[in-house]
Amino acid sequence: MRKIFLPLTKEIIKTLKQGEMVLLSGPVLTARDAAHKRLADTLKAGKIIPVVLRGETIYYVGPTPHRKLEVIGSCGPTTSSRMDPFTPLLLKHGLIGMIGKGERSKEVILAIKKHKAVYFITIGGAGAYLSEKVKSAKVVAYKDLGPEAIYRLEIKDFPAITEVS
Amino acid sequence: MTRIIDAKLITDMIKDLFIRANTCLRPDILAGLKQARKNETKEKPRYALDAIIKNASIAKKKMLAICQDTGMAVVYLKVGQSLIVKGDLKKAVAKGVALAYKEGYFRSSVVNDPLIRKNTNTNLPPIIYTDIVPGNKINIKVVAKGFGCENVSKTRMFRPTDPVSSIEGFIVDAMKEAGSRPCPPVYIGIGIGGTLDKAVSLSREAIFRPLGKNSKDKHIARLEKSILKKVNNLKIGPVGVGGSATALGVSILTYPTHIAGLPVSVNISCHATRTQEATI
Repeated sequence: MRKIFLPLTKEIIKTLKQGEMVLLSGPVLTARDAAHKRLADTLKAGKIIPVVLRGETIYYVGPTPHRKLEVIGSCGPTTSSRMDPFTPLLLKHGLIGMIGKGERSKEVILAIKKHKAVYFITIGGAGAYLSEKVKSAKVVAYKDLGPEAIYRLEIKDFPAITEVS
Repeated sequence: MTRIIDAKLITDMIKDLFIRANTCLRPDILAGLKQARKNETKEKPRYALDAIIKNASIAKKKMLAICQDTGMAVVYLKVGQSLIVKGDLKKAVAKGVALAYKEGYFRSSVVNDPLIRKNTNTNLPPIIYTDIVPGNKINIKVVAKGFGCENVSKTRMFRPTDPVSSIEGFIVDAMKEAGSRPCPPVYIGIGIGGTLDKAVSLSREAIFRPLGKNSKDKHIARLEKSILKKVNNLKIGPVGVGGSATALGVSILTYPTHIAGLPVSVNISCHATRTQEATI
């Protein structure tokens, strides 16, 4: 399986074939429903968001808490289509990659293609398995959202399939 | 004969059931996944099934949640009418849920108000259904219900004269529309009959039936097999990568209904279907 190193670039994305299984390594941000809404509301208000989206990949996940010696708890993908209303705006602000589960709306697929971005799916419901692919995790924004906070994760050989590019 | 138990016993049992439900995949579901892996010939669904099976063993070994969506806690209590619970039964249940989610390192996924949406940070409150039955025992069933699959579940009120094929069509279409969002291969629980709420409640209860067992009613067993075949013909496959396993099983429960109605509810449950049951 081909190894892909993050952060992604448009050049790397150009080489990805639809349906291709890959292993992702490098930094990603996490965000799910509440964080997406807050990011989008802030951007729409013309204010500055607490993360830089340019060239960034977002993993749609809200992990479980973890025990002392663990890096992260169970951390499988959540349903991507719930982020669809916010995705075109985030792509406009430089987001280049997304990891989640399930189909996206027509509008989002068009926006992904327009911005030469990529949407990967990973193994839904395999949160314990995927936790072993995360090497570090740290909350970087929206701590008050608890499990919905934005984390910076460092992933290694994280299994993914190119769904839309 | 009247029997008295302390509410603390209920707390301990609820805690234990939710920890087990969230970390140990049901043996029947695991066997279904292994069978699906055996039958699968394509590379991608094989890879996905291998990861899902491995996930179950990692979760069990590390006492880690099978899925990060450790669900909203749903509790079904069948309380014997000759049983006296010393203490506050519902508070005892809530305490058990809170302890399980804290000590099990499970995610708090409940918000205080559906519109204001502030996390309660305890996974409380649970949803509790109680039923009074003969005897002096208490039967407890728990579901840790993740919302990836809850969000694609559906209910429709059919006409009593509608053909059975239209019910099948409704269920197959619900799965088609759901696609890979509910984490296939899924276990499909279906409730037919009763009232609107009864059909939904039956569809939930249906997933407690061990996978691989069909209804005792021949016409319902036939319907279960037919729906399973049609859903698997959708070829959504494990995590949506195609292949033959879109559903592991279909379980239908029925109830008498009104002359003017035919309620049908479909409860799509992910491959990490988390239920447990015990009787005290």
